[in-house]
Amino acid sequence: MKPAPFDYARPRNLQEAVELLAARPDEAKILAGGQSLVPMMAFRLATPDVLIDLNGVGELEGVRLEDGALVLGAMARHRDAEDFRGLRDRCALVADAVGLIGHPAIRNRGTVGGSIAHADPAAEWPAVLTALGGSVVAAGPNGSRTIGAGELFDTYFTTTLAADEILAEVHLPLPPAGAGSAFIELARRHGDFALAGAAVVLELDGEIVAEARVVLIGVADRPFRAVTAESFLRGAAATDETLALAAASIGPEIEPMSDVHGSSDYRRHVAGVMLRRALETARSRVTA
Amino acid sequence: MSREPREVVLTVNGRRYSARAEPRTTLADFLRDSLGLTGTHLGCEHGVCGACTVLMDGRSVRACLLFAVQAEGHELTTVEGLAPEDGQLSSLQQAFHEKHALQCGFCTPGFLLSAAELLDLKPHPTEDEVRAWLSGNLCRCTGYQNIVDAVLLASSRREEGAR
Amino acid sequence: MSTRMFGEPVPRTEDTRFLTGRGRYTADFEPGAAHAAFARSDLPHARILSIDTEGAKAVDGVLGVFTYQDLEGQLAERLPVLVPSDALIAPHTQYALAKDEVCYAGEVIAMVVARDRPTAEDALERIRVEYEPLTAAVSLAGAAKGEPLAHLDMADNVAGAITEEAGDVAAVFATAPHVFEWELRMERSASMPLEGRAVVARYDELEDRLLLHDATQAPTGVRFGLAMLFGMEIERVHVVAPDVGGGFGVKVIQFYPEEVMVPWAARRLRTPVKWVEDRREHFIGSNQERGQIHHVRVAAGVDGRILALEDRFEHDTGAYCSYGLILPIITAAQLPGPYKLANYRYEMRSIFTNTVPTSPYRGAGRPHAAFVMERVIEHLAGELGLDSLEVRRRNFVQPDEFPYHVGVTFQDGGPTVYDSGDYPRGLARLLDQLDLEATRAEIERGRADGRLLGLGFGAYVEGTGIGPYEGASVSIGPDGLVSVGTAHGTQGQAHETVFAQIVADELGVPMDRVRVTTGDTRRLGFGVGTYASRTAVVGGNAVLRAASEVKRQAAAVAARVMEVAPEDLVFEDGAVHVAGAPDRSIPLGRLAMASNPTRYAFGVDAEEGARLSQLAYAGGDRPLPEGSKPGLAAVEYYSPSAGVFGFGFHAAVVDVDPDTGFVRVLRYVVHHDCGRIINPMVVEGQIHGGVAQGIGGALYERIAYSPDGQILNASFMDFLMVTGAEMPRIELVHTETPSPSNPLGIKGVGEAGTIPVSAAIANALSDALGVPVDRMPMMPEDVLELLRTAPG
Repeated sequence: MKPAPFDYARPRNLQEAVELLAARPDEAKILAGGQSLVPMMAFRLATPDVLIDLNGVGELEGVRLEDGALVLGAMARHRDAEDFRGLRDRCALVADAVGLIGHPAIRNRGTVGGSIAHADPAAEWPAVLTALGGSVVAAGPNGSRTIGAGELFDTYFTTTLAADEILAEVHLPLPPAGAGSAFIELARRHGDFALAGAAVVLELDGEIVAEARVVLIGVADRPFRAVTAESFLRGAAATDETLALAAASIGPEIEPMSDVHGSSDYRRHVAGVMLRRALETARSRVTA
Repeated sequence: MSREPREVVLTVNGRRYSARAEPRTTLADFLRDSLGLTGTHLGCEHGVCGACTVLMDGRSVRACLLFAVQAEGHELTTVEGLAPEDGQLSSLQQAFHEKHALQCGFCTPGFLLSAAELLDLKPHPTEDEVRAWLSGNLCRCTGYQNIVDAVLLASSRREEGAR
Repeated sequence: MSTRMFGEPVPRTEDTRFLTGRGRYTADFEPGAAHAAFARSDLPHARILSIDTEGAKAVDGVLGVFTYQDLEGQLAERLPVLVPSDALIAPHTQYALAKDEVCYAGEVIAMVVARDRPTAEDALERIRVEYEPLTAAVSLAGAAKGEPLAHLDMADNVAGAITEEAGDVAAVFATAPHVFEWELRMERSASMPLEGRAVVARYDELEDRLLLHDATQAPTGVRFGLAMLFGMEIERVHVVAPDVGGGFGVKVIQFYPEEVMVPWAARRLRTPVKWVEDRREHFIGSNQERGQIHHVRVAAGVDGRILALEDRFEHDTGAYCSYGLILPIITAAQLPGPYKLANYRYEMRSIFTNTVPTSPYRGAGRPHAAFVMERVIEHLAGELGLDSLEVRRRNFVQPDEFPYHVGVTFQDGGPTVYDSGDYPRGLARLLDQLDLEATRAEIERGRADGRLLGLGFGAYVEGTGIGPYEGASVSIGPDGLVSVGTAHGTQGQAHETVFAQIVADELGVPMDRVRVTTGDTRRLGFGVGTYASRTAVVGGNAVLRAASEVKRQAAAVAARVMEVAPEDLVFEDGAVHVAGAPDRSIPLGRLAMASNPTRYAFGVDAEEGARLSQLAYAGGDRPLPEGSKPGLAAVEYYSPSAGVFGFGFHAAVVDVDPDTGFVRVLRYVVHHDCGRIINPMVVEGQIHGGVAQGIGGALYERIAYSPDGQILNASFMDFLMVTGAEMPRIELVHTETPSPSNPLGIKGVGEAGTIPVSAAIANALSDALGVPVDRMPMMPEDVLELLRTAPG
């Protein structure tokens, strides 16, 4: 399990990285935290000719608050987000999600941008981005562009980033104060990728759901935004029954893949369970 | 940009090393084969078992998921660097010994480094926190109970030491 | 007075090197060696039409690429059957490199040797194999019917079959008040040590010497086998099992193909060659275990006594059967457990499938046996409306019935005879620790709150400490250090410590004056191996014998030197003392010198030694009296007459999430009895680890094959070994029923922790769900499916 040989480049800044990528866009892979790419290289399931390592690019690091949004450099580690002061108070969903990612050594090294660009439909960051209606900044030879979460994820492990673009920054607009949110998932072992999970933001006006964002993981070829459940919730009283019915509404809408850890039917079922629990937790976190 | 071996300079356990490595050489293989530090073990080479865990700039990382060239200029701690000096054991190593927290010893270096990081960040974790933190390290021999107890023992001794 | 070490929780002497990164595992030897990598079959069953190695040979840094065509003589024959048997109808083993038919995905086809492992893997990608695909027998149930065939040259898939009967089963069934029938299944799993297999070979042409470092559980067998294979003088072949990162059975097989090909290549290429198995290879190329299907019929009285039991079962032996029929034989012999089955019949068939071959994994046939028997007890109790604990008690072999003859053949070929035990006491001890009434009440309260809680029990009897023999060498150096050497190796079981405890007590020396080396045929050529929970028992008693012999020698020398009778000597604190005269003593090191009348080069000790040795033999007619040998050194062997049988009881309390099928083990209580305990700390560690593998095997781990013969979860991402976060705290109590069969009164414990876990968890799940759980493991989806069939 030794990787195939590759050319290695370590740009000092984003501009240099973009130029390196532009030179060999179809042969190169971007190396961020390496927590998904390097195992694939060890199995030789990924055999890039060129590896462009962003770990020396300081301008891609860091986490900050800006105009009510959490802005994460693509090379911000999961740990940087986890350690960001006051994160749980600002948005519990993000704090929940980060805590569910792998293990300490993975969180120390893995990056937010890497996770989003990898686009694993069972991963946390793509779902967070989708649930919060966020966007990413992609840097390419012709400058930067912003891609909304809804347009970013194409299918399994595939984004709409062009071959010569680098994901540079992640914008997560935080829900308004008072909103409740939660990220709950079901993993076989502590830290495993989830069988299914749900990210939820609820805004209540008294008992009535004013706004709802519902995203599921592990059930589709990308983070699945459950718009039917959202519409069902909007305008309804946030009773146990409403939440349960909203959770049940996703069943016919998803067709998860079966794998060794669970059949399509099982994942569909537990996705509903996770959604109900996430909705209940989010509701309990709503403050007046 | 090239795939040819290049010089990698880094600090391991306080000592400066320089050796050549192909870009594809993982940090784990580099430590073991080029620097002769065979205390870092490879149990899966795909980032799950945690046997190759080392500290890079004080934080735990999987040495099988880093290339040696990426460690250029960084400071690493491996199991060989945990004891205060030759012939002694760190309080964590001592607790592992007393609590029978190791059997075949293969996963032990990874557990020690993960636990060292935990106690560094959180000197007095609960049992559940220890179990959750160490869930990224697999052990096939001990059933984990004595490892957990050893970390808690080392933690409790920190308290005594502080008093 | 020295403290007796036997029975004390002595911290391990081997720990320091492991804790400081100085353990030496096979991969750590020969840093500059060339590396081997192996091309393996992509298909579970196929004819090989051609193999093109030209591309691989052309890769820069490749030293050689080899296929079956390169093999000659014995090496071109099938690898040996490790445990032959007359009942083995089709003793199919694989070739060192596949000849013309591959029978599992992962079977070794070609070997590359290159300057390093990455280069060898680069070359592997350039080997082209042309196959003619054949239908593959993947499921045990299908293969048992002979559809399809796993081997081209066979008319069915039966590797071997055995039927045995104790009593008269048919007669009892004809008249029994109750007859029941159940089917029980267990899926495949794997030992999965954290260190894979590894082999490093160095061949010295000038001296014609081969040195193999091998992460094996059986270095002596490897040594003898390689000497025969290569036509080498046995004394010129040595095998060392250095620190080994866990075994659990998978490393006991000799020979794996890599284990002969690596030394073969080192001889052929005249350069050290190393092979370090990676995890992908381990999943598809190292043996597995556990797949069995049982069809069991039980005749019972109204009081729950089992009048007769008949078990027809199929064992999945995988593509080959290098371990013979040992696994299903163990299952059959150990199925009765602690219960008296006066009328017991089994019909076993070992079935070939196109999957990775099988051989023992911790428990080795016993987890299945305990699972079947303990489910039978629960079924029976349910059918008859009895308390299952009472059914257990009514069927127990009683304490006054030992030695107890089970009536069928044990794995060592002799009759299965339990040496000692006290099952009622063991169960009572377990229930005390569990606090049965309180636990039941708590479960009832939880159920009233809508929780799915369940309590289950499992019992086992484990035959351990089987022959044929083990040996030990013990010697005392002039510095007083006691050197202990064994040929059988260790994989984490603390043999260095427990053997030192035995020696320290026997010779009256402090623990830190005893050095134990295991698994090195340079230290001792004869031995068998570390498997079947036998090493502490058989090796430990050999160590005791060797230490006793050295003690006798030392006493004889001391008696002459001090002019006292040997009976008046006391061994304590590293010296021999005259009883009642504390000032008259000689350190053991001095006695070692005295026993060896030769010239020492160094120091005053040497002069003193020479003086003593003159004294020792002053009265004789020659420096070394007739019948004596120089030095204080002995090699002794211990060969048990039969196995010794440990036993125990486990209880599990589980909590099932009715929404997800996830199972949490809330409590896990263990009673165990392995006779006299050498080191309770080590025994508890063995139990803890065994239980973790058991819980993994019950709820998380299985090798999942696709219908087309590929493993679906061949990585640590997907083969779900439990972590510390999934494990409950294990509560452990023990009794000590000494074995009358060996001087130390000990029994093995290595596999005990694993054996009854699937049984206990299955019973707890059955209790929680209200539905019989008759197959293991149970994954969340399986649990949910069963729950949907629950009444009410």
